[in-house]
Amino acid sequence: MTSKGNKVVEQKDVVVKFVGDSGDGMQLTGTLFSDAAAYAGNDLATFPDYPAEIRAPQNTVAGVSGFQVHFGDKKIHSSGDLCDVLVAMNPASLKANLKWAKKGATIIVDADNFDTKAFEKAGYETNPLEDGSLKGYNLIEAPITTLTKEAIKGMKVDMKTALKSKNMFALGIMFYIFDRKFDTAFHFIENKFRKKPLVVEVNKRVLQAGYNYADTMQESISVIQVPPAKIEKGRYRNLTGNVATAWGFLAAAERADRPLFLGSYPITPASEILQELAKYKSLGARVLQAEDEIAGITSTIGASYGGSLGITTTSGPGLSLKSEAIGLAVMTELPLVIVDVQRGGPSTGLPTKSEQSDLMQACYGRNGEAPVIVIAASSSANCFDYAFEASRLSLEHMTPVILLTDGYLANGSQLFKIPNMADMPKIKPPFAKPNDENYKPYQRDEETLVREWAIPGMEGLRHRLGGLEKWDITGNVSTDPENHQRMVELREEKVQKVAKDIPEQDIMGEKEGDLLVVSWGGSKGAVLNAVEELQNEGKSVSQAHFHYMHPLPENTEKVLSGFKRIIVPELNLGQFVQILRMKFPHFKYEQYNKVQGLPFTVSELKSKFNEILEEV
Amino acid sequence: MDNTIPKSVQPLTKKDFESDQMVKWCPGCGDHAILKSVEKVFPELGYKKENYVVVSGIGCSSRFPYYMNTYGIHGIHGRAAPIATGVKLANPDLSVWVITGDGDSMAIGGNHFIHTVRRNVDLNILLFNNQIYGLTKGQYSPTTPLGKITKTSPQGTIEHPFNPGELVIGSRGTFFARAVDMNPKLLTSILFEAARHDGTSVVEILQNCVIYNDKTHQLITSKETKHDNQLVVEHGKPMIFGKNNEKGLYLNSQNKIEIVKIGENGINEEDLMVHDMHDPDPTVHLKLANLAPPEFPAVLGVIRSSKSATYDDMLEEQIETAREESDIKTMDDLLNSGDTWEM
Repeated sequence: MTSKGNKVVEQKDVVVKFVGDSGDGMQLTGTLFSDAAAYAGNDLATFPDYPAEIRAPQNTVAGVSGFQVHFGDKKIHSSGDLCDVLVAMNPASLKANLKWAKKGATIIVDADNFDTKAFEKAGYETNPLEDGSLKGYNLIEAPITTLTKEAIKGMKVDMKTALKSKNMFALGIMFYIFDRKFDTAFHFIENKFRKKPLVVEVNKRVLQAGYNYADTMQESISVIQVPPAKIEKGRYRNLTGNVATAWGFLAAAERADRPLFLGSYPITPASEILQELAKYKSLGARVLQAEDEIAGITSTIGASYGGSLGITTTSGPGLSLKSEAIGLAVMTELPLVIVDVQRGGPSTGLPTKSEQSDLMQACYGRNGEAPVIVIAASSSANCFDYAFEASRLSLEHMTPVILLTDGYLANGSQLFKIPNMADMPKIKPPFAKPNDENYKPYQRDEETLVREWAIPGMEGLRHRLGGLEKWDITGNVSTDPENHQRMVELREEKVQKVAKDIPEQDIMGEKEGDLLVVSWGGSKGAVLNAVEELQNEGKSVSQAHFHYMHPLPENTEKVLSGFKRIIVPELNLGQFVQILRMKFPHFKYEQYNKVQGLPFTVSELKSKFNEILEEV
Repeated sequence: MDNTIPKSVQPLTKKDFESDQMVKWCPGCGDHAILKSVEKVFPELGYKKENYVVVSGIGCSSRFPYYMNTYGIHGIHGRAAPIATGVKLANPDLSVWVITGDGDSMAIGGNHFIHTVRRNVDLNILLFNNQIYGLTKGQYSPTTPLGKITKTSPQGTIEHPFNPGELVIGSRGTFFARAVDMNPKLLTSILFEAARHDGTSVVEILQNCVIYNDKTHQLITSKETKHDNQLVVEHGKPMIFGKNNEKGLYLNSQNKIEIVKIGENGINEEDLMVHDMHDPDPTVHLKLANLAPPEFPAVLGVIRSSKSATYDDMLEEQIETAREESDIKTMDDLLNSGDTWEM
C-alpha cells in the first residue's frame, strides 16, 4: 500500500499513545489500533491510563484519559516507556503527556481544540502550537473537529454523535501512517454499534476521512512499517488481564469438573472479572454480586463447602475486609481463590493506578497463624495461567490461595495464544469416598498433609466445620493446648509442602554473575527489557522473576547465592525484599522502589542497575 | 418451582440427627428446647439426611451445628446468611438452615440479613432472640428494649431496638413467623411451614437467656400472663386470645388495630380480623408483627407467607436458558469465539 509517495521508514518496535478528554473515546481508539497491529502480525502490549472520575471536567488535566500500545517485530514484554507517536486531542492531554514523548516524536493534535480558553484551562500561558515549545518534534496540526464535521455533512446525525466520532479521524491518520488495513477496524465498529447502523456509517466515514487527510499530507508524514513478529505459530487473540483471569478460572473449573462459584462486590480495578464471569452461565458459572466484600467471600466459602471451585475477586481495600473470612477458610481447610487486583493504597488510595503494595497483606494480613498460598501473575496474558494455577493449588491442596495481579496487568492487554483445553492438566481434588466408614474430616494425606473433601449430599460423610480450633483428625472443637500447637504447625507445614508441587525458580541469564535483579508480579516486562538490554551490552546481569511468593520455590536460596549483588525493584516501599531478608538474612539486598501509581520505565531501571554494576 | 431435594428411602428418626457432642448450653437455656424441636422436624420432613446443612454465625445459639448430626458450618460472626447462600446456590438440592441470634443477625450481620431476605434465597433462618449478648456476657443487643440496664448500659440503653419482623417485611421478606422456646408444639409446626416455604423463611424464636436476661419474654411466655399477652394466628381463622378466648383483634375505621371483647358493644366473632398469611400486601402483617405487650398481645405463629420468585430458582433458570441458547458450551468454544487469528 505504499504507493503513496511518502518517505517510508522501517522500525523494529513502536510505542504509540492516544490521549484526550475522558469522553473522547481514547480507550476504543487504542483498542482498535492494537487489534489492527495484532492482525498485521505484530506482538504487542497495551496500557490504558484513565482517571478515577467517569467524566472529570472537560479540557482539564485531571480528565485526561490515555491508551498506550507497544508493538513490534519481536516479543513485547511491556507497554513501553516513551512514545514514538503521540495523538493528543486537546491541550490538557498534550500538557499531561508531552513528557512521555521521545525526542523528535511525531505529535498529532486536533488543532481546532487549541483555542485560548482551552489551552489556558490546561494550564498553558501561551498556545503551545505557536510558542515554539514543540520545536524538535514532528508536529502535525490537523483540524480534526472541522474535518470530522465535513466528512459527515449531509448525514442525519446530531452534533453530539458527530463530535464523538472525532477519535475515528485520528485513528484514520494512524492507519495511514502504519499502513494498516481497514477490515479489522470496520469489523470491530460494526460489532460494537450493532444496533446503531447510522453510528457505524458515521464512524467508518470519519475513519476513511482521516486516512485520506493523511494521504494529502505526504510532505510531513512518513509511513512507518513494523515487520511482523516471529512468534510461536498458533491461533491468537487479544486479552486484557482481567478477562484472562476470568477465563483461567473457567478453564480450571472445566478441568476440575467442578462448578464455578464467584461471590464478589464491584471494586476498581477488579470489577471486570465479575462482569466477565457473569456472562458465562452457559458454562455453569454461578455468580453472586454480593452486598459487600465480606458477603462476597463468605458466600464463596459456603459454595466451596458445597463442592464448587469458589472464587472471590477484589482489590486492596476489599482484601482488608475479607481477611477474617480468609482465616475461616484456613481453619476449615476449604479450597478458595481470592484475587487481589492491586491498586495504589492505603485506604481508597489511587483506585485506577497500579501498585504492588499488597504483598505483605496477602502473606501475613490475618489474625493468628494463618498461612495461605500466594502467587502473582506477571503479564496480562499469563493472568490466565496463574488463575488456572491458583485454582489447581487451592483444589488439590485444600487451602485458600491469594492470586495477586494489579491494575496495570488487569487493564492492559496482550496477544494470547489460545490453548487446546485437552492439553491443559486435569485438576484432581482429594474427594472423600461416599460411605467411607473411616472418613475423618481432618485425617490427612501423609505426604501432602491435605485433608479430604466431603461435600454435602455425599452419603455417609456428614461432618461439621467451623472457625473454632479443631481436634486433630476428628475435627471436633478443641481448646486443648497441645492440640492447638499441633494444628497450627500442621496448617503451616501443609502450605510449606506446596513448594514440592510448584516449579523451581528459573533465572533469565547466567546463573552466576555481578548482579541479580529479583522481580515479581506486573513489573516483569519492564525489568526483563532492562536486563536484556544490559545483557546485550555485555553486562553481567540476570533476572529472577518470582511468580510463587508463598511458599517460595525450593531452590530460591540457591538462585540468590550466585551473584555479587542483588537488587529488588518493586512498586512499593520494599515488601518482597523484606520477606527475602527475613528468610535468607545472609544475603545483602538493595532496593529500588517507586510508588507513583505508574509502572517502571525501562530507562530508569537500566540506569539504576548500571549504577550498581559500576560499583562491582 | 417445587424443591428438588431428594427424599430419604428409609424413614428417619430423631436419633439420625443427634450428634455425639456434649451440649454445652447453660442448664435452663431456651436453646435446649429449640434443638429438640429441630431434631424432631428434620426426620419428619423426609429429606435424605445427607442433604441437610446447618449453618451458623457466632454466639451461644451458633454452637447449634455441632449438636446436630448433619453437614454443617459454624461460621464467623454475622456471616451465617451469606455462607448459607453460597451453600444453597452451589447445590439447590440441599435443605439449608441458618441458626443465628439477635446480635449475630441484627448487629454485625444486619446488612447480610436484609439482603438475604430481599433476594429470597430458599433458606430457613432461625433467629434466637434473647435481647442480649450472652456469649460475651451481658451487653445490650439491637433488640434490647429501650432503657434496659445491661453491662454496657448501666443507666439504661438509649437505643431504639429493632423488631425483626418489621425488618423482614421492610426488606420485602416473603416469610416471617414468631415462636417461643417454651412452646415446642407451636415451634415444631412453624418449622414445618418454614421448611415448606419456597424462599427465605425467617422464624424469630423468643428465647430465654437464664443468665444474662432471665425472664425477658416473661409476659408473653409465663403461665400466668401469657393468655393476655400472646395471640397465635392461624391462616383463615379469626384473631382471638385471652384465657377464655374472650378477646379479639378488630380493625377499626381508622385502619388501626384495637382489642375488643367478644359479645360486648355489638362485636361478634365474625367482626374480628381474620388472618390471611398469604396476602401479598404486607400492611396487616406489619401491624401484627409490631403488636407488643403490655398494650397488645405479641403475635405468634406464621404472620406472613407469600409467594415470590426465589433467587436460587431464577439462577437455575438462567443457567438452563444460557445452556440452551448460547453457542459457548465449552471452554474451547469460548477461547475460539470472537476475534481470533492464525500467526
